[in-house]
Amino acid sequence: MKLPAVDHVAVTCADEAVSRLAEAGGAGAVLAGGQSLLLEMRYGRARPGVLVDVNRAADLFGTSHGDGELRLRALTRHVVLERGVVADPLGRLLARAAAFVAHPPIRARGTFAGSLAWAHPASEWCALSRALDARITVRGPAGERQVSAAAWFRGPHVTSRAPDELVTEVALPLLGAGTGVGFAEHRRTSASFAMAAVGCAVRMADGRVTGARIGLANAADVPLRAEQAETLLLGTDGSAAAVAAAAEAAAAGADPVGEPHCSAQYRRHALGVLVQRALTEAFADADRTAPLGQEPAWM
Amino acid sequence: MDVTMVVNGQPRRVAVEPRDSLGDALRDGLGLTGTNLGCEHGVCGSCTVVVDGVALRSCLLLAVQCDGSSVRTVEGLAEGGPAGKRLSPLQEAFSAEHALQCGFCTPGFLILLDQALADDPELDRHEQALDELLAANLCRCTGYVGIRRALVRAARSLRGDPAVGEDAPR
Repeated sequence: MKLPAVDHVAVTCADEAVSRLAEAGGAGAVLAGGQSLLLEMRYGRARPGVLVDVNRAADLFGTSHGDGELRLRALTRHVVLERGVVADPLGRLLARAAAFVAHPPIRARGTFAGSLAWAHPASEWCALSRALDARITVRGPAGERQVSAAAWFRGPHVTSRAPDELVTEVALPLLGAGTGVGFAEHRRTSASFAMAAVGCAVRMADGRVTGARIGLANAADVPLRAEQAETLLLGTDGSAAAVAAAAEAAAAGADPVGEPHCSAQYRRHALGVLVQRALTEAFADADRTAPLGQEPAWM
Repeated sequence: MDVTMVVNGQPRRVAVEPRDSLGDALRDGLGLTGTNLGCEHGVCGSCTVVVDGVALRSCLLLAVQCDGSSVRTVEGLAEGGPAGKRLSPLQEAFSAEHALQCGFCTPGFLILLDQALADDPELDRHEQALDELLAANLCRCTGYVGIRRALVRAARSLRGDPAVGEDAPR
């Protein structure tokens, strides 16, 4: 279907975008990568009056890291993460997950921050952001505010962003040398959205798990963090039995929604299997011998 | 409003509405109907074109976003003037390896793989990357085997490696 009639304004900086969104009075939509927004407009499910195109806003590009975190400006495209954005296990985890985000031409255009603003329950980025408690910076007429991922996701396609606010940056904690990461996803075809996906990070010291984060995609109508499973892992040796117990807890704590290709029961089962796979990968990835040094802030 | 782009090396100006996709502008505005619009929601990849050196879906990009950009479409692949165009090595390889049947997806595959070969001349040796790339576009006729062989043949030909016969083991 052809796109419905819409106005288009291209802005050159974040402040201009905020002014344009304010002028639009609720009828504005931020056009970043557009790989979901333009698609939804074709389906007639999104009908903004004006597209505020931020692709030429120079202050919304770039990544930086330091002070224990990785900062992604709003127009960081998936491909940047796929290529490895930082020499930290976080960079490895993001690259692993990026390979599951659509396919190369979409990854060359779509953005990480856009995925968080779009808040699709199946989104890999939303699940990882929830697991690692990303900090999302939004700018509106009243200035900037920061929201933790725990408070960001309110429902399918619903976030705590107001219509006149623009996501300018997302910060994720660096995981620290020695941290193991894993990612597992199940989908019907390579072009499908995730039926369920799991991303995790684990940290060991003296043979015991000292830190664990587990994020679940499509386990509920919002991305979930499997906190009960994380707690169960702490102090264990990360063996297959510990992983199986954590997977069971994560699946039990999920609140999956059924759909024609995937009943709630099936999705819950798949989540357990995926948690097991992702954790097994993460424990194999964790470097038990490396001097761990100072504990990273995320633990 | 008017949008100015360099299309296949030629400066072009086209009148568009904000809602027109790049694919619409190329086909309806500039008459470049080699680019096929299939699903129009980013899945099939038939509409893939190269914008400023990056292969993108022209159905999920507005023409107004491409003002000042350089765009490459399937019409830009064959070499030489209008009087005597010669197929590019990739196009030759598609023909030699029977990498198309109905041909609808072919422009999208050609432009996707042409840019990928420019970015990575050894793409044929990077099997996982090649699998990922081939999965980006849909072909419902060939089963992808011919397309993969064509990519391998083109990569070898572009590198000047010994040519492979159609029945040679690969």
